[in-house]
Amino acid sequence: MKARAVITTIGAAATLLALTGCVPNATSSDASAIAVDSSADACSVSTNSASSGTLRFKVTNSGDKVTEFYLLADDGLRIIGEVENVGPGISRDLVVQAQPGDYFTVCKPGMVGDGVGNAAFSVTGDKVKLAGDEQEQVDAAATNYVAYVKDQVAQLVTGTDAFLAAYKSGDDETARASYATARANYERIEPVAESFGDLDPEIDFREADVAPDKEWTGWHRIEKDLFPPAAAENGGVDYVALTPDQRTYYADKLAENTQQLYDAVHASDYTVSIDAISNGAIGLLEEVASGKITGEEEIWSHTDLWDFQANLEGARVAYEGVRDIVEAKDPELVKTLDTRFGDLEKQLASYGSLDSGFVYYNELTQAQVKELADGVNALSEPLSKLTATLVA
Amino acid sequence: MTDEHSAEEKAPATPQKLSRRGLLGLAGAGVVGLGVGVVGDRGVLAAADSMSTSGSTTSNASYPFHGTHQSGIVTPAQDRLHFAAFDMSSTASRADLIELLQDWSSAAALMCQGKPVGEFGAVDGPYDAPPEDTGEALDLPTGGLTITFGFGPSLFVDASGADRFGIASQQPAELRELPHFPADDLDPQRTGGDLCIQACSDDPQIAVHAIRNLSRIAFGRASLRWSQLGFGRTSSTSTSQVTPRNLFGFKDGTANIKAEQLGKVMNSVWVPASATPSWLAGGSYMVARRIRMTIETWDRTALSEQERIIGRTKGEGSPLSGGTEFTAPDFAVLGRADKPLIDADSHVRLAHPESNAGTEILRRGYNFVDGNDSLGRLEAGLFFISYQRSPAQFIDIQMNLAKNDLMNEYIRHVGSGLFAVPAGAKQGSYVGAALFV
Repeated sequence: MKARAVITTIGAAATLLALTGCVPNATSSDASAIAVDSSADACSVSTNSASSGTLRFKVTNSGDKVTEFYLLADDGLRIIGEVENVGPGISRDLVVQAQPGDYFTVCKPGMVGDGVGNAAFSVTGDKVKLAGDEQEQVDAAATNYVAYVKDQVAQLVTGTDAFLAAYKSGDDETARASYATARANYERIEPVAESFGDLDPEIDFREADVAPDKEWTGWHRIEKDLFPPAAAENGGVDYVALTPDQRTYYADKLAENTQQLYDAVHASDYTVSIDAISNGAIGLLEEVASGKITGEEEIWSHTDLWDFQANLEGARVAYEGVRDIVEAKDPELVKTLDTRFGDLEKQLASYGSLDSGFVYYNELTQAQVKELADGVNALSEPLSKLTATLVA
Repeated sequence: MTDEHSAEEKAPATPQKLSRRGLLGLAGAGVVGLGVGVVGDRGVLAAADSMSTSGSTTSNASYPFHGTHQSGIVTPAQDRLHFAAFDMSSTASRADLIELLQDWSSAAALMCQGKPVGEFGAVDGPYDAPPEDTGEALDLPTGGLTITFGFGPSLFVDASGADRFGIASQQPAELRELPHFPADDLDPQRTGGDLCIQACSDDPQIAVHAIRNLSRIAFGRASLRWSQLGFGRTSSTSTSQVTPRNLFGFKDGTANIKAEQLGKVMNSVWVPASATPSWLAGGSYMVARRIRMTIETWDRTALSEQERIIGRTKGEGSPLSGGTEFTAPDFAVLGRADKPLIDADSHVRLAHPESNAGTEILRRGYNFVDGNDSLGRLEAGLFFISYQRSPAQFIDIQMNLAKNDLMNEYIRHVGSGLFAVPAGAKQGSYVGAALFV
C-alpha cells in the first residue's frame, strides 16, 4: 500500500544514463577521493589530473548556498557526472567511470548560471571497458513499461466494473469470488498508483491506515463488507453491514478513483523514468515483505497470496524491462536475480495460481509462512541493488 | 520559577558518589553478625575496576531518589532501560495501594544509592529465610540508577468504570487513553497498565534488578502487565552527552530538550503549580510507545532515500539544508526544480516544533531487539518514551507524524501507555503521596 516514495524520487542519477558515467558507490572504495571544495566563488579541485577508471570526487560545500558539481566533457557542455542539492557544510560523493581525455570541472553555488571555477581536468592512461550507448534500450524499456501500465489499468477498470456490479446488486457470492482476481491488475502496478498522491490511499488503504479525520474508502472497505469479521476480530463490536445505498456510494467512489487512475496513465504526456521502473520492481517486493507475507493486507478475505502473486508478476515485468541493460553492467546480479525470481515463483506456485485460486493466508502453517518469507528475502536483498546498478 | 528550579535541575548533572554499604550494611552486621565485608562497596569497586560483571563499562554515578521532581526525566539518559507496567490486583484496596507506593519508594531510594532492598539485603538476613534482595546487583556500582513511577488512567477509573481506590475525582482530565493514530497496531498485551516503573541505569543488570525486586515487593497487590528492555539510549537529555543512533543507523534526538535548557524544561516538561488537580504539580506525563522497525526492508533502501526520509545526513546528522549536526534545519532551502532540500514529509520536518505550533517534548527512548519473529526478522525497534507537561503535546506531534511521515513505511506502533508521573517524593514520604491527602 505505501512505498509512494519509490516512483516520485527520480534521482539525478537517471539523467546520467546516456552518458556512460556513474558507477555505484559499492566500487568507490577502489578510488581514492579527489577533494572538491565548492565555496561562494570558487571551485577548487585537489588535483587537475587522474588515471582512467573509477574516480571519486568528494564534494564539500563550504559556501552558504546550495551547490552542484559537474564533470563536463571536452566540449564543456555534455555532463559526464554531477551531484546536486549539496547543502552548505555538507559533503557528497560523485563516483564516475572516466575514460582518458580532457574534461572540465565546475561548481554551481546557488544552482544558477554557468557556475564558477570552471577548470580543465585531464584523465590519462588506458581506455576502460564501458557499456555501450544505452539510450535506445532505455527508451525502449520506458515505452514498453508505459504500455504495460496502460494495459493493466485498462483491465483493472473492466474487472472492477464487473466486481462492483455484482456487489451493488447484492450478488455477494460473485463479488467475493472475483474480489482477489479483480485486484490483481492493481497489485501488479501499485507503485505507479502510489505516484499519483491521494489515489492509492483512496483506493487501497487498510482500515488501520486511515487518519481519524479521513474517510475510509476503496477495496478494503468493500472487502470488510463482503467478508464481515466476527465481533472478536472487530474490536469486540458487531460488524454492521453496509446498506444498499452505502454499497452504491463506496462502489461508485472506487469506480471513480479507478477511472482517475486510468485517465492519468493514459494522458498523452504520461511517461516513466528508467529508475522508476526498477524502483517499482523493488517496491513491489517490499509490499510483499511488509504486507502480504504477514497477512495484514487482506485481513478479512485472507487472499494475501493473490496479491503476493500479482506483486511478484509486476516486479518480474519491471525487472525484465531493464534486465538487459543491467546485464551489461553486472552479469552476476542478473544471474542471481533470474534464479531467485524463478525460485520464488516456483515456491508460490505450489500454493495455487491466479486462475485456480490460492491457499488462504489463514490456512498456511507457520512453517510455510516462514519459508515464503525466506524466499522473499532471498530475492529482495539482491533486487534492492537493481536501481543503483541500472543507473550506473 | 526558573531560579528556584535551576539548582534542582543542575543537581543530577553532578552525580553524587555514594557508598553502597552505608547504614544498611552496618545494620545487617549488627543484627545478624554475618556478612561483614561480603557486600561489596559499589563505589569502591567501580573505582577499582570500571568493568561491571555484566561486561559493560558502568558508571558509579548516582542520582537522588528524593527531590522536587522524580529522577529519570531530565537526568542525562542512561544507556539501559527496563520498563514495566503493572495492574493492581482485583482485591487490592486503597490502603494496599498506598502501602505499595510506600514500599516501592523506600526500596527505590535504597537501590538508587546502590544498596540492596529490605532490612537485611541479599546475604545478611536470617539463614533459614529467603533473602530480601535478589542479589544480582551485589558487587555492582550504583550505575546511575533512576526509578521513575507513573499512574495510568485505569488506576483512577478501571475499564468497568469503578473507582477502586477512591481517587476518581483526582483523575486529571488529560489522563485518558491516547487516541487511535493512523496505522496503530497495538497489542493489548503491551498496552496500558495501572502503574508503571521506568528503571534506567548504565548497567542492564542494575536496571533489571530494580524491576525484579519491585515486582517481587508488589506480589499480592500488583502484578506485571507488560515490560520492555532497552539496550541503548536513543536520545541525549543533556548537552554533555553525544547523540546516539537508533536502529535505522541515524542519530536520534539531536534537537531534543536538554536538561540545561531550563526554560524549555519548565514550559514543556513539568506540570505547573497552577494545575488542577494539584497533586500532579511538579510532575509530568509519560508516553511510552513500543515502535517496531522493519529494519530488513529499511536496509534495502538506497542511502539517498534513507536520508530523504529522515531529512538529515546519515554520517554527521546534519540537516539536509546544510551545516553540521546542531545547525537548525532550514525548511525553506530549495534545491533542483525548486523542491525543498528537506522533504516536506521527512521525519525531521514533521517532528520539528515549526511543524507543530512550537510544541516540544522531552524524548528518552531506547533501542530494543527482542530476539526475532516467526518470519525470521529481528524483533527490533525503538521503545519511545517522552515526557511532557500535557499529553496533548505528544498527541499533536504523533498525529502529524502518523498521517504523513515518510518513515511510517518502516515502523509500526505496537504498544502504548500514558502515565501521570507525580512530582518527586520528599525525604521520609513516598511517591504520589499528594494524591492520597
